[in-house]
Amino acid sequence: MTKPIPLLSLQNITKRFGTLTANDAISLDLHEGEILALLGENGAGKTTLMNILFGHYVQDEGIVSVLGADGTLAPLPPGSPGAALGAGIGMVHQHFTLAENLSGLDNIRLGTEALLSFGQRQAARSKIANIIAESGLEVDLDRRVDSLTVGEKQRVEILKALYRDARVLILDEPTAVLTPQEAEGLFVVLRRLAANGLGVIFISHKLGEVLAVSHRIMVLRGGRKAGELTTADADRRAIADLMVGKAVAEVKRSRGNPGAPLLSLNKVSLGKPGQHMALHDVSFALKSGEVIGLAGVSGNGQTGIAALISGLAVPDAGTMTLFDQPITRASPRDLVQRGVARMPEDRQHDGVVGTMSVADNIAMEDIRSPGLSRFGLLDRKAMRARAKAAIADYDVRCPGPDAEARLLSGGNVQKLILARVLEREPRIILANQPTRGLDIGAQSEVHRRILAARDRGAAVIVISEDLDELFTLADRFLVIHAGHVVDAGPAETLDRSTIGLLMAGQSPIRETMAS
Amino acid sequence: MSLRLDPRADASIGLRLAVSFASGLVALLIVAIPVMAAGGNPFSAYLLMAQGAFGSMFALSETLNRATPLILTGLAAAIAFRARLWNIGAEGQLYMGALAAVLVGSGFLQLPPALMIPAIMIAGFLAGGLMMVVPTILKQRFGADEVVITLLLNFVVILFVQMLIEGPLKDPLAMGWPQSVPLLAEARFDKLIPRLRTHWGLLVGLLAAILLWLMVRKTVLGFEIKAVGENKAAARFAGIPVDGTMLKVALISGGLAGLAGVGEVAGVKFYLSADLSPGFGYSGIVVAMLAGLSPIGSVLAAIFIAAVFVGADSMSRATGISSYIADLVVALSLLCVLVGSFFLRFRLILDNRKAEA
Repeated sequence: MTKPIPLLSLQNITKRFGTLTANDAISLDLHEGEILALLGENGAGKTTLMNILFGHYVQDEGIVSVLGADGTLAPLPPGSPGAALGAGIGMVHQHFTLAENLSGLDNIRLGTEALLSFGQRQAARSKIANIIAESGLEVDLDRRVDSLTVGEKQRVEILKALYRDARVLILDEPTAVLTPQEAEGLFVVLRRLAANGLGVIFISHKLGEVLAVSHRIMVLRGGRKAGELTTADADRRAIADLMVGKAVAEVKRSRGNPGAPLLSLNKVSLGKPGQHMALHDVSFALKSGEVIGLAGVSGNGQTGIAALISGLAVPDAGTMTLFDQPITRASPRDLVQRGVARMPEDRQHDGVVGTMSVADNIAMEDIRSPGLSRFGLLDRKAMRARAKAAIADYDVRCPGPDAEARLLSGGNVQKLILARVLEREPRIILANQPTRGLDIGAQSEVHRRILAARDRGAAVIVISEDLDELFTLADRFLVIHAGHVVDAGPAETLDRSTIGLLMAGQSPIRETMAS
Repeated sequence: MSLRLDPRADASIGLRLAVSFASGLVALLIVAIPVMAAGGNPFSAYLLMAQGAFGSMFALSETLNRATPLILTGLAAAIAFRARLWNIGAEGQLYMGALAAVLVGSGFLQLPPALMIPAIMIAGFLAGGLMMVVPTILKQRFGADEVVITLLLNFVVILFVQMLIEGPLKDPLAMGWPQSVPLLAEARFDKLIPRLRTHWGLLVGLLAAILLWLMVRKTVLGFEIKAVGENKAAARFAGIPVDGTMLKVALISGGLAGLAGVGEVAGVKFYLSADLSPGFGYSGIVVAMLAGLSPIGSVLAAIFIAAVFVGADSMSRATGISSYIADLVVALSLLCVLVGSFFLRFRLILDNRKAEA
């Protein structure tokens, strides 16, 4: 499949931002029909490299060349997205660039032709229909984009690139926003597109999917190329070490030591059936020294469980008791003060106020406690001191306590939240998607912290769509489906397929056996 | 060569100040066109405006007198907008504050000035605050849009005031003019300087600006207001009582506008009439925007706007150019601030690299 002349060639690309060298003499070739995975931790330089390729940034050194119609490589003018588009480079950003109030069809045509040209609309429609038939990117073109699911929006983005006759498709962290099923569907499409001759660059930091979909893997670390290998002879462990630059300490877990129940739900119902937070007759208990893993396909009621334990909601029916006292009032502050640590599912949206400083965000849950304020006046000195300690202890990478939280990467926001909630030695911990979107180094750090808190005697519930993560952390599994929660039993008696069946709503044989 | 826009990480305080000053300046520049169209010379017109606003003790006093309610309504808008609570009702809140002051201070209570003045101020603050608290509760309970409610309440309040001063509150000694019974002498603000109209209300405005500045920077309430304004979901998740914080903001915002009304009746007119405010509530929005929602900046912006109005009146008398020029300057400076805020978010980059073929 490899041809002598590549479709796209990057030579010695170097880009500096002030004192930081984001890309250091990186070279890369992409051939027709190839899926190249660009792998690296947060901040390794993946996105910078692709932004140079697409003309968003101008490189300090190096050349980007594209295969022209005459069969030779021609250099691409730097800093011109128009030229990149013209040369057949299409990019699907991590955050979509779609007009929410237009239909899929109009979004695809937007920017290439006037929206009021009636004749061309039909022509565009049939061209897109052809692309859909060829690629399998099924999507309803006439629906407004804001009514589409995340996966469908992504398909519209890919169609947009293909409609502009892209020969090279760049996908920046495409699976970060997808459910596992949607990701599977995307991989099928990518393989099909590659088989039709498209070159694909797939940016990711998830090893599993990179191994599943790519032909070749290039690993970046600290702005340099750390290694390049064909997927066929890649080894998970070796790639992980290449990415992090040191042997990754695998999180070793010992059995938990379950003690007294600290928080229990007894026949709890919430919301109306069909709502994404609805729960029916849910009972379970979080015990001291035990990690409960809540598995389930996204949207089956996890939001409801999280809302209850976060203090954002109280049961409509049934009782929730915390340290043997029933909870009757929805109050996040109340739960925080009674020793519940909560990590929100969407940490950028619910976890931090982007325009406030790191110190402010770390202090936010306790701002009325005597350590941080007195008589309604802020103790800025105490807040900064606490932030400084947290930055050091939790390795939050940021310019300092006064930096705005929006400047932090996802992994560092999560570390900030860990510092905020674990500092008080909580008795109960809710970890909702604790490592979604984090790189391997940050992941194992978060896992280590959670297990350390458990060993200290905290009761932990981890909500995750990543079964590997749950098997790393959980002592016991609960599975949620359509608002019903099933106790699947201790982790060592379970395997992925059993959990998978429960997640799909099949009533298990073991339920009757266990109880 | 091309022009590009780059998002800016953070705008420095100097840049913010520059945008505010430039907005006022650009507005004056643009208004030079209609001044010339009216047959005037912009230079002499602006010189006359400056003299009319600052050229004598009397002029300065008039400007500060005019700035007094604008400081308070500007602060009212600034604190509400910081919390993303869109209070467009400062005009109505001002009248309610004035009404409360008259109800309490025109004979209902007999107190020495040291008690009477605080009494009418508290009454005015609470009346104005209530006018903002109610729309905020409606917003929280029913999702009612506070912009629409507070805007329309302005008209309701002014009609209500007209009804009262034509009816039960009408001063029988006012020769039939629609105005309320006057405030008792004990309820009137002293002048700052004898024979000039500037009164103690100015100090109330300055004190309010300093207190608000301290609140924003130093207090837990200021912290919570910022968190709620910038990201309601994260604030709620972190345990900050979002609804309670919004209600406090509403009370403070409406209360400040109410105090502006107290100052106008107790410091300037001594009775309530339907022409008490020539749009101080609406101009307060311009003041807050020009000030970049900064409390201290609101004082400066209020003095600027007041100077434009007072100066334009005086210029108009001297040259015959209509004093509506002042409204043009104020409106344009708001537009310029809105355009200027774009440059706070983006950086213009002149890209003169040659494209390689």
